[in-house]
Amino acid sequence: MTQFPAATVTEPSQDRTLVLNMGPQHPSTHGVLRLVLEIDGETVVRLMPEIGYLHTGIEKTCEAKFYQQVVPLTDRIDYLCPLTNNLTYCLAVEKLLGLEIPPKAQWMRVLMNELTRINSHLVWLGTHAMDLGAMTVFLYCFREREDVLRFFEMVSGQRMMTSYFRIGGLALEPPLGFFEKVKKFADRFPGNVDEYEGLLTGNPIFMMRTKGVGRLSMDDAIALGACGPTLRGSGVDIDLRRDAPYTGYENFKFEVPVSTEGDVFARYVCRVQELRESIGIVQQALAGMPEGPVKADAPKVVLPDRENMKTQMEALIYHFKIITEGFSVPAGEVYQAVESPRGEMGYYIVSDGTAKPYRVHMRGPSYANLQALSKMCEGHLIADVIAAIGSIDVVLGDIDR
Amino acid sequence: MALAPAITDVEQLKAHPALARLLAWNAPVVEAVKFDREELTIWVEKGSIREACAILRDDPDCPFNYLCDLTAVDWYPSEPRFEVVYHLLSIPKKERVRLKAKLDGSSPAIESVTSVWPSANFYEREVFDLFGVRFTGHPNLKRIMMPDNWEGHPLRKDYPVEGYR
Repeated sequence: MTQFPAATVTEPSQDRTLVLNMGPQHPSTHGVLRLVLEIDGETVVRLMPEIGYLHTGIEKTCEAKFYQQVVPLTDRIDYLCPLTNNLTYCLAVEKLLGLEIPPKAQWMRVLMNELTRINSHLVWLGTHAMDLGAMTVFLYCFREREDVLRFFEMVSGQRMMTSYFRIGGLALEPPLGFFEKVKKFADRFPGNVDEYEGLLTGNPIFMMRTKGVGRLSMDDAIALGACGPTLRGSGVDIDLRRDAPYTGYENFKFEVPVSTEGDVFARYVCRVQELRESIGIVQQALAGMPEGPVKADAPKVVLPDRENMKTQMEALIYHFKIITEGFSVPAGEVYQAVESPRGEMGYYIVSDGTAKPYRVHMRGPSYANLQALSKMCEGHLIADVIAAIGSIDVVLGDIDR
Repeated sequence: MALAPAITDVEQLKAHPALARLLAWNAPVVEAVKFDREELTIWVEKGSIREACAILRDDPDCPFNYLCDLTAVDWYPSEPRFEVVYHLLSIPKKERVRLKAKLDGSSPAIESVTSVWPSANFYEREVFDLFGVRFTGHPNLKRIMMPDNWEGHPLRKDYPVEGYR
């Protein structure tokens, strides 16, 4: 057996420095992130992220499942935006199959995806503000998040692990009264964002903790692979919803907020602005929601309706075949990228023509952003590390997979 | 929507900026190409991968300045066994390209691209950890997901799904 050198550094590199362990059970590391800090007094000299505490081998598990059985696994990757994971996976498999999705399913996907973004940004805003000492914002954010989780429960029966998007469309029609409730929420929500901003934007304590902290230049951000609001906060104008539209995003009008400062405050501004843009997209989706089916007309791939199974022989046969043997996907490979709340989420799927994926690789946005953390923190104070972690919005499920 | 057949002819595809750039730089490094499902794949000779990446990054017309993803695929038991896969994005031109390099199964090793994109650091560590592919010139090639004393590389196809008993 080959012995590899230990990954963890425990010895300081200089005489005057000290190695300090932070996490994996530290409340400000948003999960099980472990940081090994080398400090000189209060100043961070070196920051080394240690990950893998949540590694569950999802990529390996996918290879042993049928294509449709992978959908619930994708929920568990980035657990703050399960629907975005569902979407990316479904889009990738649909691209492999060459499957066309009906318009209503596409618009529902956009609607749910933007609600997911709001949900995820609310958790980020609440916890980020709490890390910096602003307790109230957390309670406000979780009040609205509760509404969004109720919408998820309405459509899928689950608050977090929704698995609502399926290959070929949606799992179910949205229930009666769903759109009215979302509409009420969407009308109210911009006022709530004003509340959060009233508590934070312009708050001298918050500004002192965030302005000029965790700076990342545009060149560094690109070289270190940062993505999403972290990249946009450093002045790069990129948003896959606009630049490479998927699932009907070309029909929606929205702005892409970009800041050039590159500090924690700039990322905060980008994300809060995204909350407002997302609710605008939700309003547009509600106003223009088309009528029609929510599943593609592909009996070999999409499970038949329950009613049809009781009356039609073919429906029963297809159901039996899909459940027991899966469906084969033409050989090939795709890389599908989607703008998740944290940045570019990409699924790379290789098919060998059978009913199980040959290889599934998830490119997690948090994994990419975490690499930029060292650059943000080195040379600054320990307290700023907390602000910087919050500002890149890490989700450890997404990093370790 | 029926699937269009894949195009594998270099002549038909050389309008794509990434392929044009690589052919103009050093045509023999391009081993094969495939345009399938709106995505371009270029197989690059494994010894030239770092230079090819650097050439694409510094392309004045269409700089592929962002490394989206780096991973590998194990084609066990066929040889060459591994394919290392690079997904590049050009932020100014919004173009994407996929580079691939084939590696033998006996002692898979390839030059690291960390000098081209520092972001490759974690990705290469992950491929090293889960596939056992070595990246020469990597600054810190250690396990990243699995414990330091783990035996084997879990994403290899000859590694059982539920681990060794």
